[in-house]
Amino acid sequence: MRINTREELVKARERYLASLNSQRKKILVCAGTGCVAGGSLKIYERLKEIMDGLGVKNCVMLEKEPHDSVGLKKSGCHGFCEMGPLIRIEPMGWLYIKVRLEDCEEIIQKSILGDECIERLIYCDKEGNTYEKQEEIPFYKQQTRLALEHCGQINAESITEYIAVGGYQAVAKALFDMSSEDIVNEVIKASLRGRGGGGFPTGKKWQQVLNQKEEVKYIVCNGDEGDPGAFMDRSMMEGDPHRVIEGMIIAGIATRAHYGYIYVRAEYPLAVSRLQTAIDKANKRGLLGKNILNSGFDYELKISQGAGAFVCGEGSALTASIEGNRGMPRVKPPRTVEKGLFGKPTVLNNVETFCNVPSIILNGADWYNQYGPENNHGTKAFALTGNVNNTGLIEVPMGTPLRKVIFDIGGGVKGGEFKAVQIGGPSGGCLCYNDKDNHLDLPLDFDSLKKVGAMIGSGGLVVMNNKSCMVEVARFFMNFTQNESCGKCVPCREGTKRMLELLDDIVEGRGTLEHLELLEELAETVSETALCGLGKTAASPVTSTLKYFRDEYIAHVVEKRCPAGQCKALVNFTIDATLCKGCTKCARMCPVGAITGNLKEAHTIDTTKCIKCRACIDGCAFHAIHEV
Amino acid sequence: MLSEQEIAKLNTIMEQHAYDKTQVIAIMQAIQEEYRYLPEDALRYAAKELKISEAKIYGVATFYENFSLQPKGKYVIKVCDGTACHVRKSIPILNEFRNQLGVSESQPTTEDMMFTVETVSCLGACGLAPVCTINDEVHPSMTPQKVKELVAALKEEKA
Repeated sequence: MRINTREELVKARERYLASLNSQRKKILVCAGTGCVAGGSLKIYERLKEIMDGLGVKNCVMLEKEPHDSVGLKKSGCHGFCEMGPLIRIEPMGWLYIKVRLEDCEEIIQKSILGDECIERLIYCDKEGNTYEKQEEIPFYKQQTRLALEHCGQINAESITEYIAVGGYQAVAKALFDMSSEDIVNEVIKASLRGRGGGGFPTGKKWQQVLNQKEEVKYIVCNGDEGDPGAFMDRSMMEGDPHRVIEGMIIAGIATRAHYGYIYVRAEYPLAVSRLQTAIDKANKRGLLGKNILNSGFDYELKISQGAGAFVCGEGSALTASIEGNRGMPRVKPPRTVEKGLFGKPTVLNNVETFCNVPSIILNGADWYNQYGPENNHGTKAFALTGNVNNTGLIEVPMGTPLRKVIFDIGGGVKGGEFKAVQIGGPSGGCLCYNDKDNHLDLPLDFDSLKKVGAMIGSGGLVVMNNKSCMVEVARFFMNFTQNESCGKCVPCREGTKRMLELLDDIVEGRGTLEHLELLEELAETVSETALCGLGKTAASPVTSTLKYFRDEYIAHVVEKRCPAGQCKALVNFTIDATLCKGCTKCARMCPVGAITGNLKEAHTIDTTKCIKCRACIDGCAFHAIHEV
Repeated sequence: MLSEQEIAKLNTIMEQHAYDKTQVIAIMQAIQEEYRYLPEDALRYAAKELKISEAKIYGVATFYENFSLQPKGKYVIKVCDGTACHVRKSIPILNEFRNQLGVSESQPTTEDMMFTVETVSCLGACGLAPVCTINDEVHPSMTPQKVKELVAALKEEKA
């Protein structure tokens, strides 16, 4: 049913909201990639089955008129991925964690038919405190969710629910109450900066495209979230696809562009299907297509799928890929705002940036400016992963200290002491905490991170404990960049290869102090001469680890020792004679016969034969075998 | 040589994309879905029909990680080696798959064409690291022990 005018949109909202509010209870089953992998869709089916079996009136899609039933919804990512599969029960706001199929019957009986919270399914922290309500859990309590506002709160596949919570009102406001210039100025005033990495002012970019004289212009959404360890954009596309679309339409109105493309990486099949459903529904409702809300504004939106190339996250490579070419960056200028997709002026922003737009338009720049420090306003979503207790998707105001993110929200470091956090993916750097440098109290925003040689990037935060070797981490990223280098420019193609060789030498025990000098020299050359942003920043993981963890590099090249005990070539195994009982188990387990000794006497390892397979360590009941 | 049936299938795919040469990536994805790889003949045919050179289509096909010019196994196992999975020890998972199936980096597919083992840079399921996918189904929190069980279960399914 088409929504033809602004008045109809307002009426539709009232009706849908009344219908949404009339749902007696709501069960929101997390259907993000993480929880789906944990079996949440089966849980969803089971809940439906049980309610149908018991004759409980329920609905999976919002009904047009108010009614009295239980709403069962597949929602977007709730964010607390570590605890999945997650289920939220409304109106109470209870969050059930690690739900299993066997729990479904009890959930329906106690929490849906009755009003009882099931104690064993709620979150319990390390101190034994339990939390019934989702909003009270420390992981959520410390967050400010603006871009992720609807993720986990509404049915991700329903346009009616999105409209019910105020969706597309910002498009209406932009169409009828504001000129293109007004929109651009509002975004400039909000000082929204690109959330994809660089942090370029979004309003300025839009203004440049608005000023172009060309007839045809494009809006492109970068959903090629290739940074390993980041999944914010994926969650937004999966969990609140209409918000991405709405942001893109507003960008179209602001720059007088009538065509949009969302470029999604092929590794995100769920995001592609949710976006496609959302686009189809918006077209059917007349919120996309010709003459939106009878304003005379046309906007056509398409999805373009990537095919697995990290470099396509770079602007000119991405547009080349949409055009059906090899995704290789080109020399700039001309810049994308002048000659982008199909040679036309193009606005290219990432998913999270577009997600911030609707609320800026609706609530105004002043409202937005209350979050975050000067020139870095708003919030930022982060994917908190690695050696941290509460992995997941979070959103905090810009400028939130790292300590708060890792310890208060993340619940602290897992499996060891805090050592470092890698931020910004292969283009970012490692932050640390020691006598010289304290990055834990560093505010997370564009400008502060730049000062210490890191960047927000798209927002991946990988926490590492003291068992992680920083040289190995640098090697890991260099290996990634080297694999993903498109090969067009020499500095990146050859430079990353040589840097990887040097790092390989160091972790395999062939390194010398000259290796470090050469690494630094190469890093400088590559960052100064590479063609695109990815090449220019390819050396960041190396330079930042060399800066903050130089001791560790020195230990590798001078003492031939890996302080974290991760670099296999530099580790030797020994048997502690005081602990060894001479049970002969290790000697029998060793696949190469490197362990010898008599029964009931301490054994020894011949390190020249040892292949470091760890079979002996894992097998020793007396913990007598150690790495040195 | 392509059979008539294959040509009809390829034509349908290209019709769905209106023979638009800018859609060549989407077209190749559809072809790959059909064959599980990109056969040379199909690529030549697509190039001719889309009026682009064979060199161009080959160039695009070899640029992107997702395209394979070699046939893949029935079960494609992708072990995630993104940062989050890496720090939560994804390499032992990869090695266990390779050991269990007797494949390697240079020889990723088993001789009976049942399994292909490859790495992927990030699946975005970092909260559940380390993960792998088997024909796009995500398996969370992997351990070498789970690998053994999974491979055994898949082999049983096949038998």
